Amino acid sequence: MFQPSPWRADFPAIAALQRQHQTYLDSAATTQKPQALLDALSHYYGHGAANVHRAQHLPGALATQAFETSRDKVAAWLNAADSRQIIFTHGATSALNLLAYGLEHRFEAGDEIAVSALEHHANLLPWQQLARRRNLRLVVLPLDADGRIDLDQALQLIGPRTRVLAVSQLSNVLGTWQPLPALLAHARAQGALTVVDGAQGVVHGRHDVQQLGCDFYVFSSHKLYGPEGVGVLYGRSQALERLHHWQFGGEMVQLAEYQSASFRPAPLGFEAGTPPIAGVIGLGATLDYLASLDAQALEAHETSLHQHLLRGLRDRDGVRILGKPQAALASFVIEGVHNADIAHLLTEQGIAVRAGHHCAMPLLRDLGLEGAIRVSLGLYNDSDDLQRFFEALDQGLELLR
Amino acid sequence: MSLPDQARQALEAFEQGKGWEQRARLLMQWGDRLEPLDETEKTEANRVHGCESLVWLVAEQVEGLWRFKASSDARLLRGLLALLLVRVQGLASEELAGLDLREWFTQLGLERQLSPSRSNGLHAVLQRMAELASNR
Repeated sequence: MFQPSPWRADFPAIAALQRQHQTYLDSAATTQKPQALLDALSHYYGHGAANVHRAQHLPGALATQAFETSRDKVAAWLNAADSRQIIFTHGATSALNLLAYGLEHRFEAGDEIAVSALEHHANLLPWQQLARRRNLRLVVLPLDADGRIDLDQALQLIGPRTRVLAVSQLSNVLGTWQPLPALLAHARAQGALTVVDGAQGVVHGRHDVQQLGCDFYVFSSHKLYGPEGVGVLYGRSQALERLHHWQFGGEMVQLAEYQSASFRPAPLGFEAGTPPIAGVIGLGATLDYLASLDAQALEAHETSLHQHLLRGLRDRDGVRILGKPQAALASFVIEGVHNADIAHLLTEQGIAVRAGHHCAMPLLRDLGLEGAIRVSLGLYNDSDDLQRFFEALDQGLELLR
Repeated sequence: MSLPDQARQALEAFEQGKGWEQRARLLMQWGDRLEPLDETEKTEANRVHGCESLVWLVAEQVEGLWRFKASSDARLLRGLLALLLVRVQGLASEELAGLDLREWFTQLGLERQLSPSRSNGLHAVLQRMAELASNR
């Protein structure tokens, strides 16, 4: 039965891609954008760009107001208690690097950082490099067979030397929700700061950072149907106070002399240089759009399409799905067939999926794989998209076998 | 410049190849013709990085002329490598450096396979070849 997406027409690029015979199934990498975002960007650039937090003139005041309104919208989206808990960065990766540098002073040699075995490089490498700089131990929490962090082992491994726990909410390779409540509560009880990489999780369902109880929550705008070049770092107020300033320059400064300077608190103190103003305003417009959708209908649509995807993959001989995906995506390999060959033939047939290591090389190596194919869904996908993917997959396999 | 025999054959075959299925079949056939590598040639030094697949390029010069061998664990990429080798085999460094390999793959109707995105190894192999040609 055909399952349409009632929101498909809100994303003009989907129709444009379809005219080029492209079926877009790579939304976990980046998403297409709603018309509301295009309009907001065009309005901002068409009506007078200006820098924020600096100028006394009218364009500057308007830009600053729009920029700060976006901060309020992000805070509301995450249910943060206060907009001042929202820092805009240049992406999720730069938010995580900010944390790894901003918290560096809290570590002594021999302290531990805990990450999971499924982290995206963005939530692995900043901590790995911090561990190397400071002679710390990077503890890698193992996974269970389904692709979730093994809680029993994790609770043993997170101990009094753990200063930071940094974990993904939803795996970008396995599509599994991680057992955050138990992990975060345990880490907090051990005195560790907790960092949640919400890059994938934030796109599916609404998440309440206060309820989650993490110290920091990070996501990237472009995976949430917003513009690229914008990341969000939420911090609990007491946690933000522990962050040291990292990048310097621009309006993050309070008083500057030749030999010394003092800096502003969060959020502005962590937004060095000119921020991505249009991008932040665009993200605000995207959130307005998303907030206007029927959340229940959205969830039902995504769940049903995801089930369709899993069913179709399971129905095919030799397909091995990685882990037990619960949302948004599925990664798979096919017995006796190189994933580069499948990717090549899917590309030839206009199916845009991702092949390779998905920025999680150690995870793929743990699974004994060089790479995998990942199909990921956005709210604009419909069942015809999946049908075209499955037909192309069958044709490709027939050729290769 | 006249094409080597095998390159001319390839060009004829691919010019007639219509549609993605036939192109893929041809690629697999050409890939099967690649001279296999010895396990001893699959060394780290011969590996071409920047590809999602494993790719090896073995290069030596005999009396000033290049002799290449190449392989990959991915089948369609082996086909692309075979099409590359028939064009460059036996060239001198100056000839290799002066050759427009993008144009060669465009003639074959395979220009999209040269995308610098990492999913495909061909781009990295061409870069390695250009380095070899300019260094010696």
